[in-house]
Amino acid sequence: MTHSGVLAEVDWNIARNVFFYLFATIQVIAAIKVVTVKNIVHAALYLVVVLAGVAAQFILLGAEFVATTQILVYIGAVVVLFLFGIMLTRANLGADADLDQDNRVPALLTGLLLAGVLVATLLRTFEDIEFPTETRSTTARVSDSIFSQYIVPFEAVSVLLLAALIGAIVVARKE
Amino acid sequence: MWLNQYLVLAAILFSIGVYGVLARRNAVLVLMSIEIILNSVNINLVAFGAFNDTVTGEVFALFVIAIAAAEVGIGLAIVLLIYRNRRSIDLNEADLMRG
Repeated sequence: MTHSGVLAEVDWNIARNVFFYLFATIQVIAAIKVVTVKNIVHAALYLVVVLAGVAAQFILLGAEFVATTQILVYIGAVVVLFLFGIMLTRANLGADADLDQDNRVPALLTGLLLAGVLVATLLRTFEDIEFPTETRSTTARVSDSIFSQYIVPFEAVSVLLLAALIGAIVVARKE
Repeated sequence: MWLNQYLVLAAILFSIGVYGVLARRNAVLVLMSIEIILNSVNINLVAFGAFNDTVTGEVFALFVIAIAAAEVGIGLAIVLLIYRNRRSIDLNEADLMRG
């Protein structure tokens, strides 16, 4: 390997780390905002930040097709659906003190305990296993895989989506 | 770059989502917290796929995204129905099954 090749690899690794920690910090802050903020519309908009951050992590992992799908399905459709849900249930669009349960402290303890156990276990199990430094585009392999090995689950998911669509209409329509 | 960076991020997001499910009383906000949980699982799947250099993780993440879309559709339809019947989506008031 040439000297410049080594240098480029090191640069790439540093860049990946910098962007990982940048996106991860934004994501965690936005996720905490989603579960604590008093305004329900702001919670939906913070959810957009979390979902976009997940898409950015997918791109850093070389999974650009999943990242695109994430943006199209989540930010394009799911968040709009949430906003519709907020409007249709005529929630208070301003600040609302009534969004939280009374048992916030046990919930916080549960969350912290879960995070502690998960992080401690992960750190012990996967101590310092390194990622492969190169990531390459996988979209062609994903499509090959979906339409050969996973064709039956793929068709099942399309039927499931149709069933969910009809089910949602049946449940939500007026008599 | 360690595998653990992604796994720990996913674990933290998962715990935040669990806190949201437990601490919120508005049904739409509980559904949003469930979305955070599903996304953290997707980070795990894609990270392990990239680590093992297979696309199975990505394919599973795509399936999870499709199921999550169906889940949100049905969930919001149910929330709308509860709202229409009870004029409220406070989960503490949906207690018809209490003995």
